[in-house]
Amino acid sequence: MIWRWLAGFGRFWYEFIIGDDWTIAATVAAALTATWTLHLAGHDAWWLLPLAVVIEVGLSLRSD
Amino acid sequence: MRQAARAAENQCGDIAVSDPSVFVTTFLASAVEVIEMVIIIVGVGSVRGWRSTWLGAGAGLAVLAVLVLVFGTALQAVPIDTLRLVIGSLLLVFGLQWLRKGIRRVAAHGLRGMGDWSASAEGIPAHGVDWTAFTLAFKGVLLEGLEVAFIVVSFGLTAQALGSAVAGAAAAFAVIGVAGVATRNVVQRIPRSALQLLVGTLLSSFGTFWAVEGLGVAWPGDEIAILALTGWYALAAAGYTALLRRRAHPLIAQTTQG
Repeated sequence: MIWRWLAGFGRFWYEFIIGDDWTIAATVAAALTATWTLHLAGHDAWWLLPLAVVIEVGLSLRSD
Repeated sequence: MRQAARAAENQCGDIAVSDPSVFVTTFLASAVEVIEMVIIIVGVGSVRGWRSTWLGAGAGLAVLAVLVLVFGTALQAVPIDTLRLVIGSLLLVFGLQWLRKGIRRVAAHGLRGMGDWSASAEGIPAHGVDWTAFTLAFKGVLLEGLEVAFIVVSFGLTAQALGSAVAGAAAAFAVIGVAGVATRNVVQRIPRSALQLLVGTLLSSFGTFWAVEGLGVAWPGDEIAILALTGWYALAAAGYTALLRRRAHPLIAQTTQG
């Protein structure tokens, strides 16, 4: 019973975060890491995530 | 608005602020956050169904109430930046999935609708709780509710008018909440494929804003940046939709003839 609940819980979060294209979540994670790194180095980095996300959505749509 | 709250915190130590001004300031600052909350609830409810969305929103309010009761005016000890980063990232990755699906569907079927849409095809359960709607509404309400609580504590304590600050925030909840319920029927008339694209755009915008803010990076224009992000993602969605339609055009023409 607990195992089934845990499996369902894991499946829900997998679908929520990864969905049908893992590259989107990976791009968001990479872009956030890069944003943080630039921020720590003293650079303005707010533009990086929206730019990376739009490029990634285009690549994801192209690969469908 | 948050910068204004911080500035008030820094500057108002020994400046007396009258109660009406605290009420109005808190009302306006809270209204911005409540609008974001209501947009998420109305958007998710319209796409995924209302029961689980209300359940998620109610659970978010309950957790928020517990946090406010437990922490009281020490609420600022809650690691809000970490919450912004985690919740923002999750909303962003989920919003991008809807944005992507919305672009594909609008490119294939136009803005009027998808014809063969069904709840089961969308993964929305016929019975029980739709955890996707629950989670999105829960996160939106919890994060925005916490932002409102911070505003109340910041303005209320620094101006020594906590009652006026609480009343201002409560008024914002009442006014924006009623307006949100009133727009529900209008939003539900938007065709599903267009609505999914719209809500995907909004979730991606809020998610981007919160995630980057959670890293400690300041947005130019503070909360105005959400509007710019929405415009940016809407523009990208329009561009990609046009590209997909152009790519699929010979296929659509064949289908129409067949």
